[in-house]
Amino acid sequence: MSRPVLPSVDQVRQWLSEVPDPEIPVISLTDLGIIRDVAWDGDTLVVTVTPTYSGCPATSIINLDIEQALRDRGIEKLRLDRRLSPPWTTDWISAEGREKLRAYGIAPPVEGTAADGRLAARVERLASGSNLVIPCPRCGSSRTEMVSRFGSTPCKASWRCTECLEPFDYFKCI
Amino acid sequence: MAAALAPVVDKAALFEFLTRTGDNTLILGHRVSEWCGHSPVLEEDIALANTALDLIGQTQLWLGLAGEVEGKGRSADDLAYLRDAAEFRNVLLVERPNGDFGFTLMRQFLFDAWHFELLTALAGSKDPRVAEIAAKSLKEVAYHLERSADLVIRLGDGTPESRKRMQDALDELWSYTGELFIGDASDDVLAEAGVAPHPASLKDKWSVVVSRTLAEATLKVPTSSYVHKGGKRGVHTEHLGFILAEMQFLQRAYPGATW
Ligand SMILES: [Zn+2]
Repeated sequence: MSRPVLPSVDQVRQWLSEVPDPEIPVISLTDLGIIRDVAWDGDTLVVTVTPTYSGCPATSIINLDIEQALRDRGIEKLRLDRRLSPPWTTDWISAEGREKLRAYGIAPPVEGTAADGRLAARVERLASGSNLVIPCPRCGSSRTEMVSRFGSTPCKASWRCTECLEPFDYFKCI
Repeated sequence: MAAALAPVVDKAALFEFLTRTGDNTLILGHRVSEWCGHSPVLEEDIALANTALDLIGQTQLWLGLAGEVEGKGRSADDLAYLRDAAEFRNVLLVERPNGDFGFTLMRQFLFDAWHFELLTALAGSKDPRVAEIAAKSLKEVAYHLERSADLVIRLGDGTPESRKRMQDALDELWSYTGELFIGDASDDVLAEAGVAPHPASLKDKWSVVVSRTLAEATLKVPTSSYVHKGGKRGVHTEHLGFILAEMQFLQRAYPGATW
């Protein structure tokens, strides 16, 4: 009776880095920063996931995708834990993930804009409008403007470029 | 995680608070979702639907915890779909019918400004389960407030027609805001234990954001002090019954249906 060798935590992370986000398939779950922990509890693999936006319909699909990917690699005992705290922020999207988003035509979140300091500052400058410069992911121009704070999925806002006149998605910062 | 134990508070008071919080987001989320496919422009249609989605997502967290605290095996879905109107604890403000786009936006703004202050306080709750849901929701609600305040200013300080509609909306909704700040015995219990702020303690900060925004929108703050209340103890307007009839139809007609 030989005990099967359990794959390393790094190996599991590597597998998870190949699981695409269901709504933006160019980036992976690890790029998105939602895999908060991978650990063995005895012979049970425990993957801790944090939700992005609390009403995001992709949350349950993500759990199914994780389960499927790990079962396919031979993981038999698996538990998915949900962790709410600290809450997910767009600042956790990896540098590689940001590059992939830009190449795909979605302007990545501007680093640091989701920090807690901004939250408080928001109330201060309620309607003064954003002074962020979001470069157009198509032509690189900084002459862009917000069309709507929301977009085609819970994680996006709608912008347009006044240089190349193309509309584009900006990753909604929280 | 022994360090992060919740203070012991009266279970009934905590359940009451959690259903109040979750019912506010549930009923407003449902109301806002009624706009889906009917907004004046596509971008606003999408914005309203996404706002509704955030609120429903937050509802799942609040009512999920409510069911856990109650300990009778009721899920968030059971609480949303299988309670009658008198068991709902949302404030009357969120069940007001949508009216026109400006009315919906004004209701959203008055609620968002309060919701933001509530969640900011709750993020420091001594009950870690409450604090983590609040911290999560707060990020989304800061985003909602930014948008609704911006639109209230644009429409208030807009054309004579848009200004008139925003002022009418404000005048009609004002008497529904007082209920947000009225506490009762169960609020006292939670405030005492440091689990939730006393409702009255949120009023000053709310007033600052609201009066500043309305001033910029060139709108006049109503002077009437009449307060419509009752929702927090289950006494609702006739509008809630219609919302529930639509929202609960499927689970009532086909109990246990899933997809
Ligand atoms: Zn461009």
